[in-house]
Amino acid sequence: MQIIFYIAALVAIVSTAMVITRKNAVHALLYLIVSLLAVSVIFFIMGAPFVAALEVIVYAGAIMILIIFAIMMLNLGQASEKREKEWLKPRTWIGPGILAAILLAELIYTLNSFSPSAHEQAIIDAKDVGMSLFSTYALGVELAAMMLMAGIVGAYHIGHEKQKEYHRYLQKEEKL
Amino acid sequence: MIYVPANMGLMLAAILFLLGLIGVLTRRNVLFILMSLEIMLNAAGLAFVVAGAHWMQADGQVMFIFILTMAAAEVSVGLALILQMHRHHKTVDTNVLNLLKD
Amino acid sequence: MDVFQLLWLIPALPFFSFLILSLSGSKFSRTGVGVFATLSVGISALITLIIGIQFLSSPPAGHFYEQTLWVWFDVAGFKPSIAFYLDPLSLVFTFVVTFVSFLIHWYSIGFMKTEEGHVRFFAYMNLFVFSMLMLVLANNLLLLYLGWEGVGLCSFLLIGFWYKDPYNCYAARKAFIVTRIGDTAMMIGLLMLVKNFNTLDIASILTTAPQTWSPGASQAFWVTILLLGGAVGKSAQLPLQTWLPDAMAGPSPVSALIHAATMVTAGVYLIARTHVLYELAPAVQTLVAIVGAATLLIAGFSAIVQRDIKRVLAYSTISQIGYMFLALGVGAWSAAVFHFMIHAFFKSLLFLSAGVVIIAMHHEHDIFKMGGLRKKMPVVFWTFLFGAGALAAIPLITAGFYSKDEILFFAMASTKGSTWLWLAGFVGAFITSVYTFRMVFVAFFGEQKHDIHYKPGISFKIPLIILGILSLIAGFIELPHTFGHFTPFSDFINTVFPAVQLIPEKEGLELTLQISTAILALFGVFLAWQLYMKRPQMVARFKETGFGKRLNDFLFSGWKFDWLYDTFFVKPFVWLSKIDKSDFVDRIYGGVANLNLYFNKLLSATQNGNVRSYVLGVALGAVIALTIILFL
Repeated sequence: MQIIFYIAALVAIVSTAMVITRKNAVHALLYLIVSLLAVSVIFFIMGAPFVAALEVIVYAGAIMILIIFAIMMLNLGQASEKREKEWLKPRTWIGPGILAAILLAELIYTLNSFSPSAHEQAIIDAKDVGMSLFSTYALGVELAAMMLMAGIVGAYHIGHEKQKEYHRYLQKEEKL
Repeated sequence: MIYVPANMGLMLAAILFLLGLIGVLTRRNVLFILMSLEIMLNAAGLAFVVAGAHWMQADGQVMFIFILTMAAAEVSVGLALILQMHRHHKTVDTNVLNLLKD
Repeated sequence: MDVFQLLWLIPALPFFSFLILSLSGSKFSRTGVGVFATLSVGISALITLIIGIQFLSSPPAGHFYEQTLWVWFDVAGFKPSIAFYLDPLSLVFTFVVTFVSFLIHWYSIGFMKTEEGHVRFFAYMNLFVFSMLMLVLANNLLLLYLGWEGVGLCSFLLIGFWYKDPYNCYAARKAFIVTRIGDTAMMIGLLMLVKNFNTLDIASILTTAPQTWSPGASQAFWVTILLLGGAVGKSAQLPLQTWLPDAMAGPSPVSALIHAATMVTAGVYLIARTHVLYELAPAVQTLVAIVGAATLLIAGFSAIVQRDIKRVLAYSTISQIGYMFLALGVGAWSAAVFHFMIHAFFKSLLFLSAGVVIIAMHHEHDIFKMGGLRKKMPVVFWTFLFGAGALAAIPLITAGFYSKDEILFFAMASTKGSTWLWLAGFVGAFITSVYTFRMVFVAFFGEQKHDIHYKPGISFKIPLIILGILSLIAGFIELPHTFGHFTPFSDFINTVFPAVQLIPEKEGLELTLQISTAILALFGVFLAWQLYMKRPQMVARFKETGFGKRLNDFLFSGWKFDWLYDTFFVKPFVWLSKIDKSDFVDRIYGGVANLNLYFNKLLSATQNGNVRSYVLGVALGAVIALTIILFL
């Protein structure tokens, strides 16, 4: 039944590759959701049903919706697709591609020396995670809560549209 | 519940991470960069979960939750910044925002 | 309360005054600055007086008192402390320094009244007094060296006090650099002492040195000759005497205090302080005597032809310090210190009087343009005459006679002395009285050539009168055997020094020597009167002849030492530095700088403001780090 893992992994890789090559942001986002769902499947079959659910709800749901809102507010139209085409010249892929290939080769080399023996596996469900989260990692939870709070406040503050204040460069332009 | 060899899971995480890295390095549109960052974070989370499953410990999933929290905070602030960038500079091109040079 | 515990206040008061004046001196009124500075030194002098009386009436155990304030630093067992050491020798020096400084400060209130930068002047003067007191009170040679460099710095600052004239700055630099040569030698000497004894504490060096070194040991020879290098630099002795005449570019009180009474005698103090070492190196001690004898003659001959009143006095200072060196060299330690004290009184008096004359004559230094000042400025004339009498050693009535006579006697009669050394001192005494009274007659007698535009006030006169009286009577605390043998001074100071070893058969010569010296001094006065008052045309005619003109030029330039050093040291050095303008050593340093610039360009190219290239940098770093971890 391992084939399910390989199929899901293939879906994840292909859809991720599509994300980084699309010219239309909404298309890319849809592929990203596919990729996240595929990862969620992998989580599920690996015996982590809780994070699989979180992946779907938080990542594929909440965060992606947030990005969609952003795309809506940016209001990128047909023109932006043409512009993306200009920006994405084939030779821009060479450097990052080589770099990634080297890194991948090194990671494969490392992972080959690590061959786990097939031993039993257990499902780690929400209860186990919750127990660990609120005992050993209680402090981390507190910090994460604070960070989220700071994120919310920061996002509000930064995203808040200040009607009369323009960037200093724009101010100069308007005066001219 | 299917047995997944840990090195295969880690390999997948590595591939996803590198795809995200390629995305960050090649795209000029800041929105795509943000998406690619999400891919990288997700890949890191995957690696944690795979390791957690291998050792049959809950810690891997705990780390994933932390990464998730961080990703949520990061994406909310990041999107707010993108909105401001678009509002003030009328562009989403990162090459335009190069005032950080000396 | 034990008055000795006030010892630290003596240097501290001028220092505090220096701090206050340099930080907030501009808030004082014009005379307030001078009064404040004078009072700080005056209180120091008062404390010195109280301590001195206590020291005389009930001397502390072992005839010394040591006050340790704190440990300066502690490195590998070498542990100098900030500590003061008071014994008869340092007491005499402290007394002279504080007392003469007090009078000169007092005088300066009037002298600097109209000068620009008077706050700076008084601050530097206070700093000088502090440094000089550190020098004489230090219980270790390192603290002494601190004071030594401090007085050098103040000398530099005060010679260049009127810094707007480039010549003054040149004179200040010359003084600083020439004395630096001696200071470097002294520094090496101190390092040798540290290496041998692992301490610079004067008392312990003086007690251990005779046990470690036998007389004539090569170590002692090198240490003493290096210390002598420092002493000749600071005290303007041969061969480093060239800076002192130029140092007269400073204001007259500075010349009086630093370049006559106190700082230039630091070399005498250093040798007297370390006299045990010099007794271990008889060759160097003889050298000290020869240096002194040669210097007193050379400077004396130069003084005869100078026209600038301050330069005459400068050369005479060099010459008189030569006498002190001569005394040190023949082992007559107390005679040297006695002459130092008397010299401080009469030479500062002469400089102060000269300062008044110069001000009164519209800053005219040339004695041949003065003349006839006797009637116009009687107080200055009389005090100047007292000082000149002491300098020329007019017998019986002046202090200079007693001190100089003692030196001449010891130069002849000491086991370390010789007839040649005596003869040099004897001829020197004659020259001294000639050039001194040449100055007196030319400047104060004859007909008046210029009107004076300024009459000295009371603040000028009182210090002059006090110093004038001292120049006459201070000699009576040390009367020779032939006049009643009343010697409280040498009895007092000989707790520090060993007695002079006399050759028995020459002891009887004392009276003969005294009488011949007295006659010679009087004859010098007479000759000066004849040459410069009665028959000035004779001297003028001699100057017209080819030989006379050359001789005059030769002596006027101070035996051409400046020319000599210029030709043999300065010019070759300038030439070398010119041809070596872009040498390979510069290339190395320039190369380092260029390499830095190159890397700077390289690195700043990475700061292109493009976010994605920064990410690329991070990724490259990850690749490199991973490669290193995996494959190395």
